[in-house]
Amino acid sequence: MAKPKVATASLAGCFGCHMSILDIDERILQLIELVDFDKSPVDDIKEFTGRCAVGLIEGGCCNEENVRVLKDFRKHCDILISVGECAICGGIPAMRNTIPLKECMDEAYRNGPSVYNPTGVYPNDPALPLVLNKVYPCHEVVKIDYHLQGCPPPADTIWQALVALLTNKPMDLPYELIKYD
Amino acid sequence: MSELEQGIRQICATFHNDKSRMMDIVQAVQARFGCVSSVALDLIAKAVGTARVEVESTVSFYTFLTDQPKGKIVIRLCSDVIDEMFGMGPVARAFEDALGIKVGQTTPDGAITLEWTACIGMCDQAPAAIINDTVVTYLSTDKAREIVAELRKSGDPRKLVHRLGDGHNAHPLVRSMVHNSIRRKGPVVFADLPPGSALRKALAMSPVEVIRDVKTSRLRGRGGAGFPAGMKWEFTRQSEGERKIVICNADEGEPGTFKDRVILTEYADLLFEGMAIAGYAIGAKEGILYLRGEYAYMRPLLDHILQVRRDAGLLGREVCGKRGFDFDIRIQLGAGAYVCGEETSLISSCEGLRGDPKNRPPFPAQKGYLGCPTSVNNVETYCCVARILDRGPGWFAEIGSKGSPGTKLFSVSGDCASPGVYEYPFGVKLIELLRDVGAEDAAAVQVGGPSGHLVGPADYNRSLEYDDLATGGSIVIFNKDRNVVHVVRKYLEFFVEESCGYCTPCRVGNVLLLQKIEDILHGRGTPADLAYLEQLAKTVKVTSRCGLGQTSPNPVLSLLKSFRPVLEALVKPQADEFLPTFDIRAALGSTEDLIGRKSVVFTP
Repeated sequence: MAKPKVATASLAGCFGCHMSILDIDERILQLIELVDFDKSPVDDIKEFTGRCAVGLIEGGCCNEENVRVLKDFRKHCDILISVGECAICGGIPAMRNTIPLKECMDEAYRNGPSVYNPTGVYPNDPALPLVLNKVYPCHEVVKIDYHLQGCPPPADTIWQALVALLTNKPMDLPYELIKYD
Repeated sequence: MSELEQGIRQICATFHNDKSRMMDIVQAVQARFGCVSSVALDLIAKAVGTARVEVESTVSFYTFLTDQPKGKIVIRLCSDVIDEMFGMGPVARAFEDALGIKVGQTTPDGAITLEWTACIGMCDQAPAAIINDTVVTYLSTDKAREIVAELRKSGDPRKLVHRLGDGHNAHPLVRSMVHNSIRRKGPVVFADLPPGSALRKALAMSPVEVIRDVKTSRLRGRGGAGFPAGMKWEFTRQSEGERKIVICNADEGEPGTFKDRVILTEYADLLFEGMAIAGYAIGAKEGILYLRGEYAYMRPLLDHILQVRRDAGLLGREVCGKRGFDFDIRIQLGAGAYVCGEETSLISSCEGLRGDPKNRPPFPAQKGYLGCPTSVNNVETYCCVARILDRGPGWFAEIGSKGSPGTKLFSVSGDCASPGVYEYPFGVKLIELLRDVGAEDAAAVQVGGPSGHLVGPADYNRSLEYDDLATGGSIVIFNKDRNVVHVVRKYLEFFVEESCGYCTPCRVGNVLLLQKIEDILHGRGTPADLAYLEQLAKTVKVTSRCGLGQTSPNPVLSLLKSFRPVLEALVKPQADEFLPTFDIRAALGSTEDLIGRKSVVFTP
């Protein structure tokens, strides 16, 4: 029987959660025994090659490209997991949600102290994805099945969650892994 | 010294510069100077010897208190679902048009402020509003325009009252257009009692015997929870501490409840008699009547009745000549906070603090008002006590059902022929009550207010008593043309507004429940949302700190239980990967306008 497939993506995040995935260290070899990686920065596969058992999402949605990728993940994955603060709550990028969009854009591209932009034009290359009116956590855009908290979630939490899901066993997270204060 | 400083010093001195009387102090300051301004906060803090933040925390908590100047006249429209059903929407617009402002604003000349307020206890004569302390009932768009014209002319809301209500509503100290609407009298509450007759009988016994009688009568608290009153008194009596307190909870804030308003108007003597008996039984010298701010119009009458009782020797030193038994009652006026109906919040409010609930244990019977053992009972409970001592516990226990002796007052409103207050023996079937009030065709009945249960015809054969359909007395009736999901939305809006914000499950959970109900109402709900609602509602119930959050999800849970098909008809499966609540066009629109190019990924 073919191994189940796992896909991952970093949306509006810092790649910290992906670093935490890699932090499972040598257990990645065990993981490879259990699963194949599909679309993911880990193997640099850009588009889905087929249906996946699990999708791990880092980061929330700050632009249309994030939304497109997230929608694609929902379409191809049986189970979708929000990994980390940004995917779950928007995180640091969502700090802009309290500031009107125009003010944000002006500060970033027109008036900021380190900005040199004599024409005052916003970056507008068609290749640049449009930003959204605010940063959305993933579960406000598509249905998310599970949330793994942390900034980033410890490697052991991610490992335990994946193994539990793929072996269809209850997840056993010791208190230390879900305690954040 | 400025006029403000002088005034504040004077007011604080009236209350002995006692910070536990903060509620009275800030209300007096606001009555005199229009608001409790930033400068006033400092002056009050200085006068009573506390920190400014303590004063500010009280002022900012209550709806009726403000640190910003408002109009000389404040029109508060009742936002209850009943008022909306009976035409408050057009009435509010008529007020807005006539005043040239929106709800929440003040006229440019600073004369009139228009705002919403939660249920004011006039559901039987909706739509209604409070203008300063004057209640106006049965509003219409024409009346709204007339009211504005009269207020502009005279500047005195009291002049709006032309025809007086029945009974004591027409008393010179009340002069209100409110009607009692007593539709059915029973033997316990709505019956005459010569002042002092029950109290004298009680004083002829020992306090322990009085408690024994109350226990024998098996009287349970009328506020809704149904805790045995005798047991509460016994705990309070046995608790350590010389100073003990009797409090009457007249903060009748549960939307759809107005029976206490009628008791306070017509049977205040019975209530005060019951409080004095409680004082004797538990060994208290002090009684406090916590009167909701909405009922301030009755205060002069209540003060008068207290004085008459003092003059007759029924209150004060050596009550009825009984040596060693001194007992007096003061009125503590609330300022528009539903949560203060919860007994520990009510105690906080009496102490001059924000109406935050307290942790239990210790229970109020152990450590309540200012740390003293305190017994808090409902208005109706004290009335029952007076009757029990007059007629005997056996007589009382014979009335009603086995687990719920006595009678109960029901405040009936909504889609029925005869709204008003009904006294029935406990155990009456809901269908009997619906027949009597002219609402046999009711499609849904909210029993016990928003924190109670919404039931449909399948439950009409159940009986109204603690062991079946428990209620603090509110019965709100909806006919088949009403949208029950909308009713639940209105109730959730109420809880979101009234949550004190102390604990997260209540502060956040109710907002999430409301959002989901709104999504479902707007056709953005999916079948999975029903399971979500149920789970969230149960979490809020189990994890909230006080009775507010422990009951606020009840409308949602009753909806899921009794009206599931209505919800199922509103939800629909998701069309694509996006949640129905996510609108990509709305998310991109403002950027497209700002940048001046359309999305190529998500084309309109």
